[in-house]
Amino acid sequence: MNPNLPNSFRTGPDERGHFGIFGGRFVAETLMPLILDLEKAYADAKADPEFQIEMNGYLKDYVGRPSPLYFAERLTEHLGGAKIYFKREELNHTGSHKVNNVLGQIMVARRMGKKRIIAETGAGQHGVATATLCARFGLECIVYMGAVDVERQQPNVIRMEMLGARVVPVQSGSRTLKDAMNDALRDWVTNVHNTFYCIGTVAGPHPYPMMVRDFQSIIGIETRKQMQEAEGRLPDSLIACIGGGSNAMGLFHPFLDDPSIEIFGVEAAGHGLTQLHAASIAGGRPGVLHGNRTYLLMDDDGQIQDAHSISAGLDYPGIGPEHSWLHETGRVTYLSATDEEALAAFQLLSRLEGIIPALEPAHAIAKVMELAPKRPSDHLMVVNLSGRGDKDVPQVGDILKGRKKP
Amino acid sequence: MTTRIDATFAELARQGRSAFVTFLMAGDPDPKTSLDLIKALPKAGADIIEIGMPFTDPMADGPSIQAAGLRALKAGMTLKKTLAMVRGFRNDDTTTPLVLMGYYNPIYIYGVDRFLADAKTAGVDGLIIVDLPPEEDGELCLPAMKAGLNFIRLATPTTDDKRLPAVLANTSGFVYYVSITGITGSAGADSTAVGEAVARIKRHTKLPVCVGFGIRTPDAARAIAQNANGAVVGTALVDALKANLDAEGRATAGTVTAVADLVSSLAEGVRSARQAAE
Repeated sequence: MNPNLPNSFRTGPDERGHFGIFGGRFVAETLMPLILDLEKAYADAKADPEFQIEMNGYLKDYVGRPSPLYFAERLTEHLGGAKIYFKREELNHTGSHKVNNVLGQIMVARRMGKKRIIAETGAGQHGVATATLCARFGLECIVYMGAVDVERQQPNVIRMEMLGARVVPVQSGSRTLKDAMNDALRDWVTNVHNTFYCIGTVAGPHPYPMMVRDFQSIIGIETRKQMQEAEGRLPDSLIACIGGGSNAMGLFHPFLDDPSIEIFGVEAAGHGLTQLHAASIAGGRPGVLHGNRTYLLMDDDGQIQDAHSISAGLDYPGIGPEHSWLHETGRVTYLSATDEEALAAFQLLSRLEGIIPALEPAHAIAKVMELAPKRPSDHLMVVNLSGRGDKDVPQVGDILKGRKKP
Repeated sequence: MTTRIDATFAELARQGRSAFVTFLMAGDPDPKTSLDLIKALPKAGADIIEIGMPFTDPMADGPSIQAAGLRALKAGMTLKKTLAMVRGFRNDDTTTPLVLMGYYNPIYIYGVDRFLADAKTAGVDGLIIVDLPPEEDGELCLPAMKAGLNFIRLATPTTDDKRLPAVLANTSGFVYYVSITGITGSAGADSTAVGEAVARIKRHTKLPVCVGFGIRTPDAARAIAQNANGAVVGTALVDALKANLDAEGRATAGTVTAVADLVSSLAEGVRSARQAAE
């Protein structure tokens, strides 16, 4: 064991936003005063019981929480090993876990008096959640989305527009999530006086990684309680897909100090780790981008490399800083699944359980297919089913008909 | 310790005028033309030269400077080659201050200590790193000061009086006032507002204050130079460079001349400004 391991994995970040060497506040001076304001506004909200009561009300009646913990009986039988449970985040209003975080941030934005909300989105799930809550609270909403993603996630683009948001296709760089985040940051620098940047994952400058994690931790908190009710004990393993890593962090964080629980994050290996992929931990190293230090895909000159994944939501060359720290401390094991493995899992789950998953959690299911058969039948495995696959139906349909390559 | 930047501002104060500060991206459109360009700048009237270090994800830059960085990267530019370019410039010019401007990641990957040593040896005088606010001074600012390089900070309209002392604490060389909240290439603030902002900053520091963002013409440069110790022009030069490339984005016989001509006319604008009372 590493002698420098902390007594608890749940106390980070420090007051400067660091998880070990990761995290921090690497932003332009224009944004720094606002980031300090946000840090204070969030601390005030967190300490205010009224904030929690109001949020719980919306989580219950608007989002539809708690999301069920479902025993996937046929998948368990098929794989012949661990008893597999799904945390059904795809049943939330808007169809993914993203809404948990957006609700919290929009409530903070309202406390700060901000009327204009911007967001970046990859698969469009965070964009849809942001557009939804902006509609609910009567706020202006602008969503930056890479032009490549606008094309491959059309259903979500249409949804966002129906909800009254303006979707801006981003033409710079690789025209995916990384570039959407660049353009959202450029908008924020320009409109800092009236604008709240609703970041969709556990990345960006402090306090975002912490704040988004806190809002998503409802996933793990519910899972603890639900597994106690279902099995009378805690699970033995957790598994979730990782782009920036918010659904994974939400499930993992409440369990980090239960050392007997194995925890697995699954990155997108794209065409394979020796080719184009989006697995920052498997194929990257620590660097600084988008306000934080974390594992990034880059070349020897520190230039950020284009990621690739069949899943727009995982197509990002970085990962949340707390994940980088959990990787380096060894508390969480990071695996990766290729486009092909995710596609196979997508189809298997649709046929066996009658659940069409989003391509993102299909990556987690792909690793469940490897890990579960190696575990005994009394092993309780929880996988975060972070989003539903409706948005992916046209794209996967095309791929399966052989019209497009992943 | 007096740096080339300190010496230049002392000399300009003696002459009673403001500095003209130019920005070009290292390696744009290719390493050789880029070196010819920066060698032409002092003769054309640039007092201080800022050189951009290309980065794939320049989150505070507008379309022109983003494209300049991508042209440079496509032409094979790296941080190592940028430092080689500085050495090439210093072979002929030992007095014009040279400041590297960019983002932290390429420096972090190069290695902070090695970078500072190599930059100092090459003849770099100062650094402007967009994504390193005072909250991250331990990363590069403090080591740079120890290495004898000026660390030039950006102050912005959101940097209020409460925050200014923190921003100015470890700043040296000059203060770069970004006249608007926005990205490079945006329209600038009017010169009255800029004058007030510069006066506000000067209440907190004795350092020269240079102003950038949105200055495109000799008249605009003159107006800014009347209220500040220097006017910075970047996007307009990068646009002039791009307008004189061929259809494939390669340098033409007129590229260096076109940029130098614009620098001359902007420099005239700055030189015709009366230095504001200190």
